[in-house]
Amino acid sequence: MAELHGIMAEYEKPGDLVAAIHKVREAGFRNMDAYTPYPIEEVIEALDFKTKMPLLVLCAGIIGCLGGFGLQYWVSVIEYPMNYGGRPLNSWPAFIPITFECTILLCALTATFGMIAMNGLPMPYHPVFNVAAFREKAGTNGYFLCIEASDPKFASAREALSGTNASEVNDVEA
Amino acid sequence: MSGGGHHHREILPLLPTYDPPAELDGLGKKGLIVGFFALIATLVGGLMANDHFTQFYRSYLIGFLFVFALSAGCWSISLVHHLSRGKWGVMIRRSLEAAAANLPLVAVMFVPIVFGIHSLYEWSHTEVVAGDPILSRKAAYLNANMFILRSAFYFVSFSLLAMWIRRLSLKQDQTGDPALAPKMQKIAAGSLLFYILAMTFAAVDWVMSLTPHWFSTIYGLYFVIGQGIAGMAFTILMCKFLSKLEPLAKRFSTENFHDYGKLLFAWTLVWTYFSLSQFLIIWSGNLPEELSWFYGRIKGGWKPVSLMLVFLHFVLPFLLLLSRSRKQNITRLARVAALMLFMRLVDLIWLTAPAFSPDVLKIHWMDITAPIGLFGIWLFFYVRNLRSRSILPLHEPYLREALGHV
Repeated sequence: MAELHGIMAEYEKPGDLVAAIHKVREAGFRNMDAYTPYPIEEVIEALDFKTKMPLLVLCAGIIGCLGGFGLQYWVSVIEYPMNYGGRPLNSWPAFIPITFECTILLCALTATFGMIAMNGLPMPYHPVFNVAAFREKAGTNGYFLCIEASDPKFASAREALSGTNASEVNDVEA
Repeated sequence: MSGGGHHHREILPLLPTYDPPAELDGLGKKGLIVGFFALIATLVGGLMANDHFTQFYRSYLIGFLFVFALSAGCWSISLVHHLSRGKWGVMIRRSLEAAAANLPLVAVMFVPIVFGIHSLYEWSHTEVVAGDPILSRKAAYLNANMFILRSAFYFVSFSLLAMWIRRLSLKQDQTGDPALAPKMQKIAAGSLLFYILAMTFAAVDWVMSLTPHWFSTIYGLYFVIGQGIAGMAFTILMCKFLSKLEPLAKRFSTENFHDYGKLLFAWTLVWTYFSLSQFLIIWSGNLPEELSWFYGRIKGGWKPVSLMLVFLHFVLPFLLLLSRSRKQNITRLARVAALMLFMRLVDLIWLTAPAFSPDVLKIHWMDITAPIGLFGIWLFFYVRNLRSRSILPLHEPYLREALGHV
């Protein structure tokens, strides 16, 4: 038998997929992923999907904010102080737009590239594409749940998935 | 969905009509009683002050601007809803319409301002204008007759436009004619454009002309966004009230509240953006005729109020509304909305009161009782409007979806 990446079940309706996730999670399975043609809030909730992205973006925002302000402060007050029409050297209201822009810039870059990196992209090969039904329907009208081989209870995964409202259950070759 | 857990609301069957909860009447009555006594107190305060009602009119202007913001804000949000379509506005549409339908009432509430014109506006005194070259040049626009005419025009046009779309919305309930939704969308587009342009003039007339030498080009938009915030904050508070009662109990979804929270969040940022733009350009320019307006607010006695606006109208709500779970929980969201509604009042005081006391912080107790009084009366009529029809738009194309029937 070829080495397995996991066992994959296919559902015809998003509701069935969500119900199945709840069921297998209650049965104690943890290492799984779901695949839908479009984002479904309930699926993300059901998987109890945790991501560090918001925290990462917040940190990037704070760094951008402090960095943007600090840079202007350093230039205008410490390194190259100049008197412009009697304005104070630390003219902080004038620094706000650039501070704001730096905040947004670092947030956006972190969100974009962080998302790509944390998703492991680019990824030229992924085992789920070994399932024919997945190749056919994952982008249109198929809803898939895959329990991965790394799950401690993987031995009973096929049985658990067969107990849900799945239209098909397949092995996923690694 | 089976096994959906507590995250998911139960999908309730669709009803032929949704009668507004009778408990609303109690809210309206409370508003009427509190409003009546607050107005009486303000009137007595005006009499006792022995200043020819000068302070009364100054405080009353704040109250008028506050209730006008609620009606105009709710009206403009309903226009955005009709224009953009989608299910986010379906659950609050009747509340928005009920608030907008108070525009004729707000017009009546404007009448005392006409009588107080000489207590409020320096340019209304012909002898002052004659001795002031700048005001003489502005007299063709800034004079009592034109002021009253323009105000009448704003009220008549706003009221008619708001009533027109509300009548069509009722007709949609009765006939279910599918042509009505696109028709309302078209009316909303024109109305929204007209409102923003006319509001720019109204803001100049009613508030900016309190300091008639000073000018700022973003002033009208500052009022538009302030009204949006006031309308949304009030709507969120009403959602909290209605979400505890039949028929809307369990019919709101967390997604609805999340949307309202996001709008409040976004508009708070827009308000900050407009305020900062106005401040930054004038501050950088450093020209006496522009800076005069800000001087007492930044360096003088009004500084604490300015700082209060920065921290409680922007920083605190910004941090609070970043949280997704707070936006999805109506009880927690309503607390932020209450803060925003209060800060709208503070902003209106900050915009008007320094015109009469530029350097010294002077907030009269009537600055608080006048808005409470007018708001109480306003709330009573709002409830009457809301009670007069189904609390959900019956043949709105997105109603099924909004109630979870896909």
